[in-house]
Amino acid sequence: MPSLRGASSRRLLALAAPLTLVALVAVWQLVCSLGLVPPYLLPSPLAVVRALIADAPLLAGHTATTLAEAGVGLALGVATGLAAAIVMDRFEILYRAFYPIVVLTQTIPAVAIAPLLVLWFGYDMLPKIVLIVVSTFFPITVGVLGGFRSVDPDEIDLMRSMGATELQILRHVKFPAALPQFFSGLKISAAYAIVGAVIAEWLGGFSGLGVYMTRVRKAYSFDKMFAVILLISALSLVLMRVVELARRAAIPWDRVGSEDRR
Amino acid sequence: MAELRVKGVRQAFDGLTVIDGVSLTVAPGEIACLLGPSGCGKTTLFHVIAGLARPDSGTVELDGRDITGAPGNLAYMLQKDLLLPHKTIIDNVALPLVLKGEAPVAARERARGLFETFGLAGTERRWPAELSGGMRQRAALLRSYLFNQEFMLLDEPFSALDAFTKADMHRWFLEMADAFGTTALVITHDIDEAVKIADAIHVMRGAPQVGVPTRITGSVRVGCPRGERADFALSPEFLDVKRRVTELLRG
Repeated sequence: MPSLRGASSRRLLALAAPLTLVALVAVWQLVCSLGLVPPYLLPSPLAVVRALIADAPLLAGHTATTLAEAGVGLALGVATGLAAAIVMDRFEILYRAFYPIVVLTQTIPAVAIAPLLVLWFGYDMLPKIVLIVVSTFFPITVGVLGGFRSVDPDEIDLMRSMGATELQILRHVKFPAALPQFFSGLKISAAYAIVGAVIAEWLGGFSGLGVYMTRVRKAYSFDKMFAVILLISALSLVLMRVVELARRAAIPWDRVGSEDRR
Repeated sequence: MAELRVKGVRQAFDGLTVIDGVSLTVAPGEIACLLGPSGCGKTTLFHVIAGLARPDSGTVELDGRDITGAPGNLAYMLQKDLLLPHKTIIDNVALPLVLKGEAPVAARERARGLFETFGLAGTERRWPAELSGGMRQRAALLRSYLFNQEFMLLDEPFSALDAFTKADMHRWFLEMADAFGTTALVITHDIDEAVKIADAIHVMRGAPQVGVPTRITGSVRVGCPRGERADFALSPEFLDVKRRVTELLRG
């Protein structure tokens, strides 16, 4: 039974983040309203919201492009990540051979390879999707591999004693065991997907939030610049929320006996 | 009813011989206990019998058929219940049938019919985490039973239970084995438990960690009929069997 004091302090904890955010925005608005910083360097929050509303129809089109790229890239990235994890789990030699190289690919900054990808694959969707796949498959691979390896070896023995095939062990034991780590990885990958799409568009393209961003930057419209940043953050947050909801739906047994822990 | 014959099994790991020259027979319908100290290699022998490991020498036969190194021929219940946390009890229990290629709906239907008998009625849709240790153990037993009711290998099936639950489970287990004609080989390191449930007790002794391979030092038969086991523990015969087993353990 939580005490009254416990309940009220929990409410305060839940409000800590939104209250801080509101306070920061208020300070920001105050700084701008008092003219402490000139508007061309820092647009006020109100100006940003106004820009967002004014450009809404235009932004909607760019958002659709970015989301399409992110969606396709993320789907392919997840598929690649899963395939890599399954193959590396099944064949130790492939794990030894490729894992270090896979880690190496993650140390290359996306901004560095994006221009190359544009050079190789043109200004259309392909280079964006390639960049997103490269930056999203890794969290999935690492998470799922970790999940596979967390399985109790006795569980595998039990399955084998019941005559289970490798595929059956994967389906009934390893994959379900890896679901929590899969979703942790997916959350990160989802955020990477949006960022990856924007970076790729930023370096070359005809449509998308990254393209919009370069245009308003060149026009020195910083209110619009901030507006699109706001929009990108919101998109990432929504996507991560969707992943969280999917996780809860996919792992119903996780709620058992864990009410107290939350 | 099934008959198990283990002949001259030797198994070594990293040059260290764990078990050597292990031979034993479990007659059809018999409950045999394998008794020995912790770490002496009882589980190693079970892995060999279950076909999970191929012995360095020796053979395992089930009903005269050589099953050495071939898993999937008899039910093996490991020390932990090993219920899958992401499957409901009914899906955990029906898993061996699904693995054999039965449709999940039909497998569940067959499993459901045994929930009452195994004292699991009402737990079908629960998650393993919601069940007590005793119930989880029953579910694991039912899963083993559904895989193969002819022959079961049970590795310390009752060791994690409290004394009262354990006594209940012993009684229930004997009834089960009688009703289904199951042959079973049970690992335990509890002498009383062995004398209470076994028709035959095989005593293992050795210290593989210090270079003394484990062997079967002797076997004791328990004459008491299954129906009279409830009061057996209070009888002089019980003490007599216990004394002989203890002597074998001491060497």
